[in-house]
Amino acid sequence: MTVSSSPAAEFRAGAAASSAPTLALVPFALLLGGLAAAKGFTPLETALMSALVFAGSAQFAAIDTWTDPAPWLALAGLTLVVNLRHVLMSASVLRRMERFPRAGRALAMLFLADEVWAFAEARAARQPLTPAYFAGLALPFYACWVAAGAAGNLLGQWIADPRAWGFDFAFVAIFIVLIRGFRAQPGFATALIASAAAATAIDWVHPGPASIIGGTIAGIAAAAIAHKPETAQ
Amino acid sequence: MNPHTLAAIAAMAAVTVATRLAGLALPPDFAGKGRLAAAFAAMPVAVLTALIAPAVITGGWRESAAALFVAAAAKYLPMPVVVIAGVAAAAALRAI
Repeated sequence: MTVSSSPAAEFRAGAAASSAPTLALVPFALLLGGLAAAKGFTPLETALMSALVFAGSAQFAAIDTWTDPAPWLALAGLTLVVNLRHVLMSASVLRRMERFPRAGRALAMLFLADEVWAFAEARAARQPLTPAYFAGLALPFYACWVAAGAAGNLLGQWIADPRAWGFDFAFVAIFIVLIRGFRAQPGFATALIASAAAATAIDWVHPGPASIIGGTIAGIAAAAIAHKPETAQ
Repeated sequence: MNPHTLAAIAAMAAVTVATRLAGLALPPDFAGKGRLAAAFAAMPVAVLTALIAPAVITGGWRESAAALFVAAAAKYLPMPVVVIAGVAAAAALRAI
């Protein structure tokens, strides 16, 4: 398949695709800023954290356990556990980046939030992933996360918990739609059931981020085991 | 700015960047075919399912019902509409 559209059109297509998660992100970025303010962060510190770390679940987990002076080693360990899935995600999306220059691949990986990664994989399942499309996915999402985080810090205690309004379910809904988009793929049901069962069981025994990496590994292992070699080349 | 806060942010950023760049260490054709290719093809479904499964399955019947509603609506409606309808459904169910 060839890509006939211009980089500008690819960028717009990427931005349009990620508009739903970008909008859904705003109340959570505001909440993160509000919680950070309560822990003594300045708006600049919140913006710096969001710009450099750019990993929502790790940032919420860190702010939740934050004390002053910040225990940097414990926070780094927590971040590693929460973000371990990015190792597998970056390896997976790398296979879709034939059209990216070498340095562009490394640069793109820095923006590998769950939503950006998932939309990039969904695009690559249908047509080649271009650097412009990836930039369209990632940059508005990134800018929104940093700016709304700083705004939330300024607003401080005025921020209401978006969960009270059901906004947290926006990400569940986005992920369900994305999962559905992969349903024609071999091994879809196997990966889905194995991941759901393992993640739920792990979370039940040990609530926390371990269920994410555990479910992921169970899902891909089940798909590998169920793979029939005779159907391959 | 608080130097302890800056050090913690730098440590968190370094760990996150390391996890995101780790995939680049693999050779470009490491998962070309066979079981490894099947494993990588299943990655998006496995990750996204693991992220939402505990909340949807053991988070109570309201969350399960809202998730089933979204999965059904996604058959007929575009994503932004499904997301708005899903948030409304979750908020309504939680208010019961």
